[in-house]
Order: sequence, then C-alpha cells, then structure tokens
Amino acid sequence: MGSHGIRDRVAIVGMGCTAFGEHWDKSADDLLVESATAASASAGIGLDGIDAFWLGTMGSGVSGLTLSKPLRLPYKPVTRLENMCATGSESLRNACYAVASGAYDCAMAIGVEKLKDSGFSGLAGSNAPSAGDDGKADTTAPANFSLLAPAYAQKYGVDPAELKDVLTRIAWKNHQNGARNPRAQFRKEVPKETIKKSPLVAGMLGIFDCSGVSDGSAAAIVVRAEEAHRYTDRPLYVKALSMVAGPADGLSGSSYDFTTFPEVVASARDAYQQAGITSPRTELALAEVHDCFTPTELVLMEDLGFSERGQGWKDVLSGSFDLGGDLPVNPDGGLKAFGHPIGASGLRMMFEAWLQLRGAAPEERRLRTVGEGRSLALTHNLGGGPGECVSFVSVVGTERSA
Amino acid sequence: MRGVTSYGAYIPYYRLERGRIAGVLGSGGGRGTRSVAAYDEDTTSLAVAAGRAALTGLTGTGGQPGRETIRQLFFATTVPAYADKTNATAVHAALRLPAGALAVDMAGAVRSGVGALVTAAQSPVPAMAVLTDIRTGLPGSADERDGGDGAAAFIFGGDGEDGEDRTPVLAEIIGQGSATAEFLDRWRAPGAPASRVWEERFGAQAYGPLAEAAMADALKGAGLTPGQVDHLIVAGLPARAVSRAVRAPGVPAGAVVDNLAASIGNAGAAQPGILLADVLDRAGPDETILLVVLADGAAALALRTTAALAAHRQPRQVAAQIAAGNGALEYATFLSWRGFLDREPPRRPDPDPVAAPPAQRRADWKFGLVAAKCTRCGTRSLPPGRVCEQCHAVDEMAPEPLAGVPATVRTYTVDRLAYTPSPPMLMAVLDFDGGGRMRCQLTDAAEDEVRVGLRVEMTFRRLVTAAGVHNYFWKARPVRGEDGTDE
Repeated sequence: MGSHGIRDRVAIVGMGCTAFGEHWDKSADDLLVESATAASASAGIGLDGIDAFWLGTMGSGVSGLTLSKPLRLPYKPVTRLENMCATGSESLRNACYAVASGAYDCAMAIGVEKLKDSGFSGLAGSNAPSAGDDGKADTTAPANFSLLAPAYAQKYGVDPAELKDVLTRIAWKNHQNGARNPRAQFRKEVPKETIKKSPLVAGMLGIFDCSGVSDGSAAAIVVRAEEAHRYTDRPLYVKALSMVAGPADGLSGSSYDFTTFPEVVASARDAYQQAGITSPRTELALAEVHDCFTPTELVLMEDLGFSERGQGWKDVLSGSFDLGGDLPVNPDGGLKAFGHPIGASGLRMMFEAWLQLRGAAPEERRLRTVGEGRSLALTHNLGGGPGECVSFVSVVGTERSA
Repeated sequence: MRGVTSYGAYIPYYRLERGRIAGVLGSGGGRGTRSVAAYDEDTTSLAVAAGRAALTGLTGTGGQPGRETIRQLFFATTVPAYADKTNATAVHAALRLPAGALAVDMAGAVRSGVGALVTAAQSPVPAMAVLTDIRTGLPGSADERDGGDGAAAFIFGGDGEDGEDRTPVLAEIIGQGSATAEFLDRWRAPGAPASRVWEERFGAQAYGPLAEAAMADALKGAGLTPGQVDHLIVAGLPARAVSRAVRAPGVPAGAVVDNLAASIGNAGAAQPGILLADVLDRAGPDETILLVVLADGAAALALRTTAALAAHRQPRQVAAQIAAGNGALEYATFLSWRGFLDREPPRRPDPDPVAAPPAQRRADWKFGLVAAKCTRCGTRSLPPGRVCEQCHAVDEMAPEPLAGVPATVRTYTVDRLAYTPSPPMLMAVLDFDGGGRMRCQLTDAAEDEVRVGLRVEMTFRRLVTAAGVHNYFWKARPVRGEDGTDE
C-alpha cells in the first residue's frame, strides 16, 4: 500500500487555453471547441487522434455529452467530473492515470466554466436538497476564506494593518503579472492604494482581495512519456499528481486554528515525495497556486513549503514571489487576474507552466528562474474552504529523469 | 394541588423608540419604547425561547421531573408562521418534548392566548401553554406604536389525579371565569397587513359587563373579595376598556400591575403571559393574582402563589430582559424587518428552500440542536455523524443536546455579500464548552461588539424563508448580563 505516483510515465504534449473574461458572446460549447482545437493543434493531431476525454466542469453541464456534443466526438469515452474548485486539475489527473495505465494512448483533459450567464456576484453552486441546518449555504466564499486573515495575524503577532499591506501586495503582484498576459481577465496594473481602499466584501477582504468571476476553458493532451517526442520537441513530463480530500473536521472539531490548510500540506508532501523534491523553494522555477482570495495565497506559501511557518508574510513583502523573485508565484496573474471559471482554472495554471518551462511565455513575463536552468513547475488547486477542503498539487518538468 | 409548576417569558432584544416613528413620518410615534422581534424571529421562535426558559425552571433543580413529563402543548398566537400546518410541532421539536405529547395551535386571535392558558391550566395531565405574538400595523398606526413582541410559557401540573406529578406548584389555580360575546371590536382578514378596529368607546361599553362578570366568577370560585386581590393584571388591546376594568370596585389601587406599555408595548396574545410572568418574578408567598384578559369577551384566572415560588422563578426575569433591551434600532430597519420596506437583495442566488425528507431525518439536530457524542472516546460530532472524527468508531454515538451549552467565539467574519434579510451577515466559528465546534450565524449582535473570545448562547431562529418554507435553525447570540463575562 502506498502512494507511488507516475513520475515521468506520461507527458503533456499539447495545450490550449482561451482568454478568460466576460464572454457574453460565447457559450460553454464555444469555449470547449476553442480550447480543444487549440490543444489538439498544439499537439499536431486532430481530435480524432485522441482516444479518451476527461471533462471537468462544476456547473456548465453534466455527463460526457457536454463535450462530445459540441465537438461531435464519435463514440469516444468521455468522463465528466467535478471536485469543487480543483475540478480542472482533477480532469488532468484522471487523464494522466488513464494513459499511464496503458488503457489509452492519447487522452485529453479539458475544463470549462461559463459563470457569467448566472448574473451573480461571486460563485454560486447548486446544492443538494438539504435540511438547511449546516451553515454551509449561509455564507459566501470570501467570508469563509476571510477567517484566515485575523487568525494568521493573531498567531504570528502581525499587526492587522501590516497584514492588510501583505494581502494588498499579493493582489498587486498578481495584477502586475496579469497586466502582462493577453489571456487574463484583468490586464491592468492596479495601484496598491486602490486595492487597499476597495469596498469590503467580508472581514478585512476588500473587493480587490477576491478573484473575479469569468468564463474560460483550457485543455491538455497527454501521451505516454516515451512517445512524447512524436508530438513535440518540448514535452512537459508529469512528475507528481496528488489529490486529497480532508476529513472536514475543521469546522466541527476544536483543534483547527485557521492558519493553514492541512489538506494542502498533505497533498504537497505526497507530491514532493512523488517528484523527489526536497527543497521546493529552490528547485521549482515557478508555482501557480490557488489565490482565490489574498489570504489563501499567503497561507499557501507556508503550506506548500515555500516559506517557514509564520514567515510567509515577510517573504511576500520582500518580493520573493514576484515575477523577478527567487520563486515566482502566479506569474500569469493567478485567479486574481484570470477570475475563476472553476473547471478551467487548474488547466489554466498548467498552461502557464507549459508556456514558461518551454520558453514560450511572452518576453515581458519570462522568468529568470527558467533561464537559470530550473526545469520544474508546481500547480496547486483547492476546493472548499478553511476547515474542509480538497487540495491538488502537481509537479511537471521538462527533463525526464533516467 | 394543581397550578403553575414553571414559567418563562421572552422579550426580544430590540426596542423601537417611539419617537423615531415621528422622526421619519413627521407625526405619530409617542413616548417610550416597544419591543421588536428581530428579522430572524417569528412567533414560533419566540415561543421556543419562552418555552426553553420555562423548561429551565422545570429541570434546573436536580431530581425534578423534566421535559419528558409534559403531555400537552398549546401554542397561541395571532400571527402563526404557517397556516394549515401546525406551528406547535416546531416548538415541540425545539423543546425536545416527548413524542407522546399532544402539540396543537390555538391560532388567529388575541383571545387564543388566554384560551391556551386556561386549557393548559385545566388539563388533567402536565401541560404547557405558550403565548407568543408579534404586533404591528401600517406605518404610523396606533397598533405599530402600541404593539410589542414577546412570548411567555407556563407549565401546569402538580400532584394531580394520577398522583405521579410531584413537581412543586408555584402558583395554584384557585378560580376562573369567562364571558363570551360576539361583537366587532378588532379584526383582520387573513393575509391583510394590518388589523382594523371599531371605535374605542364602542368597545369600552361592550367589554364593561363582560369584564365584571368574568372577574366576579373567578373571585367567587376562589372565595375572594376584590379587596383580597394582591395583584390585578388586566390585559387586552382595547385600551379604554382595559383602563376601565383596572378600576374595578373594591380592588386596592396598589394591586394594579403595570402593563409595561412604556417599555415593551402590548404583545397581544402574549401580553397576559408576559404580565403574569412579571408578577411571578416578584410576588411573595401566599399572594393572590387576578388575571383578566379582554379580547372578544373576557376571561379571568385567579391564582395564589406558594412558598415554592421564591426558589423557582424563571432564570431571566422580565424586568431584567426589559433592562437589557437595545434601543438603537432605526425605524427604517424596523419597517424592513416587518416587511413594510423592501430592500435590494444582493446579486446572489435565492436561498434554497428546506427539503422535507432531510429535515425530517435531521429533526433532532435541526430543531433540537442535538449533536452526537462518541461513546468510545467522548468526542462530540456536530452535526451528528455516524463515524467519530477523533477515533473513527462507527455507529457508537449517543445523543448530545447542545442547545443549553454555552460557547465561545473562536473566530468570526462579517459577510457583506451573503443573502440575509438584514445585512451584513455575522458568521462565527464557535467552540462549545466541553468540546465541539460549529459554524453559524450570530444574531442580536452588532458588528463592532463581536470579537474572538466572546461568550455566546444558542438561540432558535428563522434563518430565512424560501418558497414559502421557513428554515428554522440555531444561531448564537452574545451572553449578556452577569453571566456574560469573557474568558
């Protein structure tokens, strides 16, 4: 028994990613067609060369028909899946396992979400019929994640005003990066004062501490590693895939202190072990993390092992995670600049790893770390909230170990 | 001896200063304050609060018969949360009364309140009457100004015919009288936002002889002269008739009980209960109380307190609850809470209605706040689950009632985006004394008074109404008063 991973057994050989934003003129079908054709073109194959499909979407459709119908896929296996906000990553994980098992030669992981048709502020899931007695339907995501900020400030003796500066800097940094990304929903730099003074949504979180609401889709083509060079000269080898669901006792037991996601710690530990990583801060060239709200990114820096406990806020302030920092985090702009079309986000993160590690990112956000020879990237996706969540961590790289 | 074995009143936290009405409308209003049920309270939730107070008295002194002895529950109000569906059943569930108890509504009229009281008093089995009301009228009306919200519950029993109920009687029922007549004093068509009343002088003449007859019958049955009445309570909405009745010949002027109109207003069907509870809060032993209710006739109940009363008064007395009221409520907020002022909702999905089967499966938790406790390791599970989160034992849980267990705010936030009838939503993570955690809403609290470490108690509320279904569940509110000290 044990988690062994499938290090270097499969590779991503093609990707596609739509622009993220308010696509009033595009349906989920349109977005799927766009990312699927872009991914298959990038791999140099047609859709008919793909043997199986994993479609991640939270609420933009059910069943494999959501993909097979717009693409007119002829009698192919299509699985539609959902794992909260980690849905996109979960589709990749399953596609990778299918190829690694030998069941299929070539699989597509694709995610989509069409949020802007609802007209709602923030995300709105559909709930199973319930007794209305568990407090879950009452509060919003920003409120749940806002619990992290005061708990962190209290535990590590950070003055709340200083913590606000830390959170502001995270949003500022991600907007800086997003301003250099033509696919981002928000492509402007935002002054720190604007971020800091934005109207409050929940707790100390202002509107600029929250990721936006957008539509988008992204897709990846996965093949066995030994066949990757048939499709591209620069494949991304999958080093680690980890997914955990927590026991969800943070809101019922009394030991959880709202300064960490134990699920992230567990999935990171598993992923680093699969990939053979011992020093993520120095080994990774970049990390794409789930910055749904600014305090989430702060806590993730510690949970993913980039910063010591209680030190993440200092590393944020010193610019360690900036585009030119020693470990760039969310160089594409993150959820902050892209919004969070749930099924697509995990694959959008992978798309940035695809561009950066292969030297295909635009000049203005190209990373020094890659130029210096680092060849690994991490993506992190979580769903749920503090106290009860699912967490995904992947590591990919351009070098296949012997 | 049979009579009141326990009682409890509940006055909501908020007060409307009547002067604020004129401040907005330019006229009306008046002096003093009236009590106001919060946006998340209805007559059912008020009834639960009063019922819980009464049960605390019943079970609070070790070895006494408790809630399981109650066999009947009569729920009276003018504004039931549901028609067709019984409202007493939610009260019954929240109070965790035995399944074998009969719980019924006496709903629709002010007179229903005293009807429930008399019915429970006459019951051959231990019975609870809970009187509850939310009173208002159109903006600027006398009903809005003079009304009040609140509830009171009384448990009647004692060593009755079956000889099983040995609960000490606090006030013995010694006489009663009633008079009924059909006349048009006050009325409201179902669904109408406000009541109408005929001229007060008409009511005064109609009620006069009815009041006299009911009082005389009650005193005669009790073997009392008017001069032997220590506390005269006259309740009722027809003000002129009430003020005439309190001047009943022979009753000492000092016996007339203050009707609390200046501080909480007139809580309609619940008013006689609140006033009786207030008298029981301070009456000495062997004192006589004459309770008269004027509503579509008259009803009178004579009681005599016992020596047991002093040791069994309700935990939070009416005067203390009045003193603890919060008068900061804006008139506009009051109007929006009562449905006279619609506010723009957030751009969020409509709340989901409660589904019947899960609500039935989880009734003990949803209505009674009964969690589970692992019999192997003692860890509490909220909501009750089958697998222990600590030791992972399967199906080794025992029921663990938590409604009466105090808790401390571990962390909290202010949610300005969430749907709530009175934004913003205050959400807290609570740690219960003795273990167990719960995320829930805070109520009866302002943004600036919430803090980590705040001591809270659980309160049964109506969270929201969706698709015509009221979602009742528990919230936390700050513990105020002497036992509200921080850790």
